[in-house]
Amino acid sequence: MARTATPVTGRLAWPIVAGAVLALAVLVLPLLALVVRAPWADLPALLASSAVLEALALSFGTAILATAICLVLGIPLAALVARAESWATLPRRLLRAAVTVPLVLPPVVGGIALLTLLGRRGVIGEWLDRVFGVTIPFTTGAVVIAQVFVALPFLVFAVEGALRSSDRRTELAAATLGASRWQVFRHVTLPIVAPGVAAGGVLCFTRALGEFGATITFAGSLPGTTRTLPIASYLAMQTDPDEAVALALLLLAVSVVVLLTLRDRWLPGATA
Amino acid sequence: MIGGVGMTDAARTRPGLDVDVSLSYGPTRIAAAFAVRPGHPLAIIGPNGAGKSSLLAAVAGLVPLDAGTVSIGDRRVEALPPERRRIGVVFQDYVLFPHLTVRDNVAFAARMRGPRAAARAAAEPWLERYDLIALADRLPSELSGGQRQRAALARALAAEPDVLLLDEPMSALDVEIRGDMRAELATHVREFGGATVLVTHSPADAAMLADQVLVLERGMVTQRGTLDELRAAPATPYVRRMLAASEA
Repeated sequence: MARTATPVTGRLAWPIVAGAVLALAVLVLPLLALVVRAPWADLPALLASSAVLEALALSFGTAILATAICLVLGIPLAALVARAESWATLPRRLLRAAVTVPLVLPPVVGGIALLTLLGRRGVIGEWLDRVFGVTIPFTTGAVVIAQVFVALPFLVFAVEGALRSSDRRTELAAATLGASRWQVFRHVTLPIVAPGVAAGGVLCFTRALGEFGATITFAGSLPGTTRTLPIASYLAMQTDPDEAVALALLLLAVSVVVLLTLRDRWLPGATA
Repeated sequence: MIGGVGMTDAARTRPGLDVDVSLSYGPTRIAAAFAVRPGHPLAIIGPNGAGKSSLLAAVAGLVPLDAGTVSIGDRRVEALPPERRRIGVVFQDYVLFPHLTVRDNVAFAARMRGPRAAARAAAEPWLERYDLIALADRLPSELSGGQRQRAALARALAAEPDVLLLDEPMSALDVEIRGDMRAELATHVREFGGATVLVTHSPADAAMLADQVLVLERGMVTQRGTLDELRAAPATPYVRRMLAASEA
């Protein structure tokens, strides 16, 4: 379709401009301060310390595992949420609420909830401990579970959006060509929503990487086991602010790289 | 005139289609019964919203029936899922798989039954027959309307269906090329030779592509016969207007 000409919008009123500049300052100034105050000369040494490398490896390892779990669990859930559009109002809203809650919940509450469920005296945790001798809290596994809890909705909503905007008739066409339901999903639905899956996966990974509240509550801060980069950064603030800034800068750099990866290709509304 | 799509050798061995169904389409209840012999295509014609496409989708198993039967030869298929009916569908605006090349679109049915290499090999003769070899590595988004139609037809027929359904096959094409594409489609439908049903609101499509016409208005069959029979005694004001408009 031919593009219509851009209409003349006129100039914005000054209170709008002032508000926008202020809002931008709120968003950008703290990050700018981080860059300005970073101990650039000592940065290589700070980031190469064994404590930092340990936290870095733990963070990346757990975030990658959490993202993989989110992909395996989140894609089917996204398919269900997308299909729930044809359900009755109440179950549809309950399903959507269940997926949304971790997004709006303070992460600490998530951590407490996980402890209540999986802690040694938790609803399931007590049984796991008694029958299998398995204790989850304050282990690397707990870090991954906390990350999955907070990051899963990002993946689900990204994939659900892609599913809803895809042409469902391609699935019908595949069925008339002999594809079973699983084959339709595997050969048609999934490849068509792949950009949504990739975008969701990247968002999920960054959310997992930055996870703090649920992790510290449910998994604690054991060096090498549960002390991820954000937790190490927070703790360093008490003892070595330079190290804290260096770690914060590292997390910021990862976020920027992710943003650049997503830009144009997958973020809705972005243009090349 | 009637297109006179001739009987081929294939047609003699292919089963016919017998449909007697009712289904709901929003507030409209659709009820229709018809039989289609192989090599003698039927055009379902009617105004927008008459339920033509829903009826076709129900035959293919893509929307549920309220009641009724769909038989292909002596095989009852109304309880089967679409993937087991052996009914090929060419959708309105074709609905090619956007992430697959023309080759892999045409190879899709074979791919569902076996490995990729074998499926691609099986697709080759279909690509040749439908003049798609030069386009085989393109994505659907890189094709013209006419090319898409050919690819969609090749994809449906490469699955070797017993029955072919065409939903408004001309509506996504530019008006200027419809005449040529209609003639080309008629040739391919004749070559297929099996039971074929086409949905259209154009008497020109019906004239070129079908032997028989069934008129559907508000979900009900209001007339059936050849186009000449419809012309001789139009049963409803819609049929009269439609035929008059097509002759204007």
